Amino acid sequence: MNTTKSTDARTNSHRRTLKRQQTNQIATVVITGVAGLVVLPIILVILYIFINGIGAISWEFLTAKPRNGMTEGGIMPALLGTLLLTFGTGIVCIPLAIGAAIYLAEYAGDNRLTRWVRLAIVNLAGIPSIVYGLFGLGMFVLFLNFGTSIVAGSLTLGIMTLPVVISTAEEAILAVPQEFRVVSQSLGATRWQTIRHQVLPHAIPGIITGVILGLSRAAGETAPILFTVAAFYLPDLPQSVFDQTMALPYHLYVIATQVPGMPLEIQYGTALVLLLLVLSLTLIATVIRTNMRRRRDW
Amino acid sequence: MQAKISVQNVSYTYADGTEALKHVSLTIRANEIFVLFGPARSGKTTLLRLFNRLSDLTPGADYRGTILVDGQDVFALGVNVTDLRRRIGMVFAVPTPLPGSIRGNLTYGPHMAGIRDTALLNERIERSLTQAALWDEVKDRLDHPASRLSGGQKQRLCIARSLMLEPEVLILDNPTSGLDPISTSMVEESLYELKQQYTVIMVPHSVQQGARVATRAAFMLDGELVEIDTAERMFKHPKDQRTEDYITGRFG
Ligand SMILES: Nc1ncnc2c1ncn2[C@@H]1O[C@H](COP(=O)(O)OP(=O)(O)OP(=O)(O)O)[C@@H](O)[C@H]1O
Ligand SMILES: [Mg+2]
Repeated sequence: MNTTKSTDARTNSHRRTLKRQQTNQIATVVITGVAGLVVLPIILVILYIFINGIGAISWEFLTAKPRNGMTEGGIMPALLGTLLLTFGTGIVCIPLAIGAAIYLAEYAGDNRLTRWVRLAIVNLAGIPSIVYGLFGLGMFVLFLNFGTSIVAGSLTLGIMTLPVVISTAEEAILAVPQEFRVVSQSLGATRWQTIRHQVLPHAIPGIITGVILGLSRAAGETAPILFTVAAFYLPDLPQSVFDQTMALPYHLYVIATQVPGMPLEIQYGTALVLLLLVLSLTLIATVIRTNMRRRRDW
Repeated sequence: MQAKISVQNVSYTYADGTEALKHVSLTIRANEIFVLFGPARSGKTTLLRLFNRLSDLTPGADYRGTILVDGQDVFALGVNVTDLRRRIGMVFAVPTPLPGSIRGNLTYGPHMAGIRDTALLNERIERSLTQAALWDEVKDRLDHPASRLSGGQKQRLCIARSLMLEPEVLILDNPTSGLDPISTSMVEESLYELKQQYTVIMVPHSVQQGARVATRAAFMLDGELVEIDTAERMFKHPKDQRTEDYITGRFG
């Protein structure tokens, strides 16, 4: 009686172990499959664009102005415009975002005002980019009278980029162990000295990652620059920040939909350049992050 | 002897309503090793963090009473908090080297105070490390990462780091909690050296350790000060039954 029971129990537990192992295997397969499903289209899209566009890319393509109704020549003004706009976005966004992140993480208490601010930031991140474009048109182009210009475009892109950079920067700052702050202040450092010497140096990799990801998003956006800076066809380079400029995403949109008889190869080539630009920014962010992670000793 | 720190009827309640200190009064004298002991959560750390106002980092608490350092109210308006923290050094239970080199840890406090004279700093580094009984072990690798030291070495580095600011008072909040017996005795030995020059306040790891190092001692229980006396009387003939129970290990 007793023995039967214990044998029963043993087979039962054995069966349960088997079942657990099976479940585990199934789970592994399913999860790997899902991950593959997510990655596969991305790889396919990149490959497709690469194969179709690589033929168009040459030194001339990158450095020449478009000719003959954009159906010949290169994309230099658009490429340069996008680089300028990305740079301008950084100038607008980086100081504001880091300042806001430091304030939120280190100074702001938990009161009604800061809760509203946080809520606003979360919501701003979810607003469609075309809305930023319209805001930029109303605010910078018309009201502040900057006209359709690099300034207006950079400000618009900068503001659109703010929420995501603020959030990642704040996260990076909060991830610095509280203990560093306590020790630093116990050694007679002021609050700002503590932020400057203990918090920011350790948060900087995360902040840089956020900035670059934000900028790479800005570099690829069409809607916010549509009404604020982008020129349909302007082979001459901008002379000042109050000039219009061509930009890659908008240029791509134009040649893909607005110009009849556009050679496919140029379209794919332009897409490839934009893609590589954005991907390389993301790659730089990843490299910085892993490098700094490896170097830190806490 | 003159009162270095005077605690007068101090009560302290954390933002969440925890009453950590209830009407505590005590006096700490210059150049003594003052041992503050008691069971976990009796309010020792809470009290010590008021002395150098590290309590400012825990907002929302309710503080009553008065704490005087050299006769000066530390919570008075216009008190220079960073200066106060330089005068009252603090070493924590867990060794807390900052990321960076041994030297970087040591010079951090002085740098923040604007002291950059290399000769002066080197002189202080040697003196502080010697006082913390660490000089011989690290003198040849001051520029190595502090994170590679052993636990005991890290803790002595933290002591030396506090000494770099030439404080008047050194607070050691259970400094040997994570250390092996050998490291513990090295830290303890450094205390006798320190007593010559500083006022030392220490939360001991055990009653025995308290009895070994104390000049005077105070026993805390549930946020109240139960008894304060010379080490001799406190650990041999406590007046209060609760102190005796705790010392003899009969305590809950
Ligand atoms: N930041 C805080 N917020 C709320 N309550 C706290 C905080 N820090 C400590 N307390 C509470 O205050 C009381 C006293 O804690 P304190 O750390 O001062 O005790 P302690 O005597 O140092 O204990 P231990 O020997 O464990 O270090 C405890 O009940 C603790 O839970
Ligand atoms: Mg404690």
